[in-house]
Amino acid sequence: MQTNLADWIKDTPEGREADSILRKCVHCGFCLATCPTYNLLGDELDSPRGRIYLMKQMLEGEAVTEKTQLHLDRCLTCRSCESTCPSGVQYGRLVDIGRELVEKKVGRSVAEGTQRGVLKRALPRTGLFSAALALGRIMKPVLPKALAAKIPVKRTPGAWPAPRHARNMLVLQGCVQPAIDPDINAATARVLDRVGVSLIAVPSAGCCGSLPQHLGDAEAAHVLIKRNIDAWWTYIEAGAEAVVVTASGCGTMVAEYGHALRNDPVYAAKAAKISALFRDVSQVVAAEQERLSPLLRASTPPSRVAFHSPCTLQHGLKIRGVVEGLLRDAGFELTAVPDGHLCCGSAGTYSILQPELSKQLRGNKIAALTSGSPAVIASANVACMAHLESGLDGKVPVRHWIEMLDEQLAAS
Amino acid sequence: MNAGLLADFSRITPALNVITDHERLRPFETDAFISHRAVPMCAILPEDETQVAAILASCSARGVPVVTRGAGTGISGGAIPSEDGVLLVLTRMNHIGKVDHQARTATVGPGVRNLAVSDAAAAHNLFYAPDPSSQLICSIGGNVAENSGGVHCLKYGLTTHNVLQVRLVLSGGESMTLGSRALDAAGYDLMAVVTGSEGMLGLVTEVVVKLTPVPEHVETLLAAFPSVTDAANAVGRIIGAGVVPAALEMMDKMVIEACEKFMSAGFPLDAEALLLIELDGVREEVADQLVRVEQVLNDCHAQEIRRAKSDAEREKLWKARKGAFAALATIRPDYYTIDGTIPRRCLPDVLARYTQLAEEYRMLVANVFHAGDGNLHPCIFYDATVPGEMERSEELGGKMLEICVEVGGTITGEHGVGVEKLRQMCVQFREAELATFHAIKAAFDPAGILNPGKGVPSLKRCAEWGGMHVREGKMPRADIPRF
Repeated sequence: MQTNLADWIKDTPEGREADSILRKCVHCGFCLATCPTYNLLGDELDSPRGRIYLMKQMLEGEAVTEKTQLHLDRCLTCRSCESTCPSGVQYGRLVDIGRELVEKKVGRSVAEGTQRGVLKRALPRTGLFSAALALGRIMKPVLPKALAAKIPVKRTPGAWPAPRHARNMLVLQGCVQPAIDPDINAATARVLDRVGVSLIAVPSAGCCGSLPQHLGDAEAAHVLIKRNIDAWWTYIEAGAEAVVVTASGCGTMVAEYGHALRNDPVYAAKAAKISALFRDVSQVVAAEQERLSPLLRASTPPSRVAFHSPCTLQHGLKIRGVVEGLLRDAGFELTAVPDGHLCCGSAGTYSILQPELSKQLRGNKIAALTSGSPAVIASANVACMAHLESGLDGKVPVRHWIEMLDEQLAAS
Repeated sequence: MNAGLLADFSRITPALNVITDHERLRPFETDAFISHRAVPMCAILPEDETQVAAILASCSARGVPVVTRGAGTGISGGAIPSEDGVLLVLTRMNHIGKVDHQARTATVGPGVRNLAVSDAAAAHNLFYAPDPSSQLICSIGGNVAENSGGVHCLKYGLTTHNVLQVRLVLSGGESMTLGSRALDAAGYDLMAVVTGSEGMLGLVTEVVVKLTPVPEHVETLLAAFPSVTDAANAVGRIIGAGVVPAALEMMDKMVIEACEKFMSAGFPLDAEALLLIELDGVREEVADQLVRVEQVLNDCHAQEIRRAKSDAEREKLWKARKGAFAALATIRPDYYTIDGTIPRRCLPDVLARYTQLAEEYRMLVANVFHAGDGNLHPCIFYDATVPGEMERSEELGGKMLEICVEVGGTITGEHGVGVEKLRQMCVQFREAELATFHAIKAAFDPAGILNPGKGVPSLKRCAEWGGMHVREGKMPRADIPRF
């Protein structure tokens, strides 16, 4: 599209990046077809192309109000549109830029601002979230049903093998995951231990930064990113092979550290290095499949599994079919999941900020996942898992696929 | 905004989604023909036929123009709004009704996506045949308005051959049913008149489409050629050999490279031109056709012939073909796609003339098109930020279309006329024909409010453009004022 950015933005790094993204868009409309909110609402303004146009207007100097903000808020940042776009438009980056500018220009009501502020500050702090969750678990019997359903059951971590291999990798602990399901990383450590890799969790690292990043607060995100880089750096210098992430939502953020801090004089190079070392756990396991496969052969095929591929895995990281292949290789039977490209409605803080749309998407996703009568639903992102669980009423268990692989290994 | 009109709309139903603010209207200012734009007075997203009829009745009574929009994927500007008018967006009328596998029909709302019809029919091993490149998202209502084609229309026909019946709301708000569920309908064939009428005769609120059985066997061939002329020759000779492929597509080197860069379909980068050929039918029939087609391809100096070995490989090839236009966006910032049709025997000559014209204009032109039915889509690249480039691309495009008319073809294959080809309509048609179009328009839309200024130029405009045929030095319609 032809663009004519306003003077206040055109010579800034954000302006130049936004302009180059906008110039790639040819307004063909393909992205509408796979956009979850366009599917639900049927309105151009709730589609990627409509949002791109709204952002373009703002960047071209037109007045912007809470109307544009509403349509940007409704975007899940699932980036399904990026998978569909034949012109390579990096919508995810554009919407990050657009949201931050809208936040500054339009602002928020006191109530909305407080809610977002709490999410931005509290969730990234593991201790705070754990305490709130623990309280929630105690109160669960007396909470309203809708709220009680949101509280995931407590899971205990299994043993974490002591470092014993020459090969070692770092793992991101994250913020919410240790509270909801601390066994995911422990299971990863056990699986990798079997193939000759020791997994190290550095306690001083924490939230990846994606929560504030997608709430339009890049500055707060950068603080968290730098904290993680500092925590990992000595290990990386000592030869850690990779930074493994077991929640694909956090993975997309770590993969973009280099981009996020590209203009930082001190951290740019380090951030780029971290992004280069980033691996989703599926990539690490797939690379070791030759060693892993024989270890799994002895076990009997356990059950039918529906795999929910998180948007951050398939659209963000563009990792498709890898987990499915690993599960099949481990003897699981995968059931068909219609519309597998659509978001489950979790999308970071979306389930809290856009509860109605989120619930509709969750309902559709659960119907699709259970259509093949699976015994288990597997996924790769803790937020999707908790979100699906809250809509399933315990009918079908939801697991991280690495935990299932870990159990298979233990049984073999 | 017209206060009386707004009051009318609020009486239809309080829930009616009416957009009147500039901020939210601008994203509707254009479709996929982005060089032209106009912000409408208001945009409405109606939910059903009753609302559509009531809106039209109000607009008609007040003389307010109405432009209809589906998914906004048209590339002749048919859905570009009128500044003083209402834009009716039918994307919410996306209900898929009955799929009748015995009758092989599906009843769908105008906002239903083209591909969603095939998805809904898949359980019965049926599909909806017309498949424009935008089939993932373009709507059936828009397909009817533009008489859309696609890669498979060589064998299965355009939209007009695949629609049995439509519900049409006229500008005054009256509803009617055209066509029938039977193969023939008595009276004038108004279905055919409405199909391809670009929203100028009425609003389609329901469509009964014909479904086609999914063929038992499909073979997809990719043939690479050392020259465009060799590939173009092969096209006519395949059909001449008695084979009607389900699809017969051609792309030149520039397109091959763009597709490969973005979609890695495995296209050979050393070829000057590619043909994608799909053969379908019962297994024996396809096997027989395959032998004949391969013979022709070899005779025409194909440097490589490849058969898709799996459904996944076939899908990859077609995905690359259907995403070609968007992939071309990587060559230069802007491009302009032409849509004309010629008799297929003229392909080699016309393509050579296009190359020559492009050189004269010093503009880059890529070709990716439905070769089998002679439907050309030259793609002219320009940079909209360079003054005059867009105008030059439009001038070059116009000349290319005029060549189509000269060799006995037409100025549109499937994209419609919209605002894009009004000038060329004056070249294609004579006064009597244009006058008949206007008479038909007046019969359907006496108020003249539906999609004004699109599709058929006024005689006056043709005269202004000097596009009318001048015979024996006599200017037709000398009484029309000229500027």
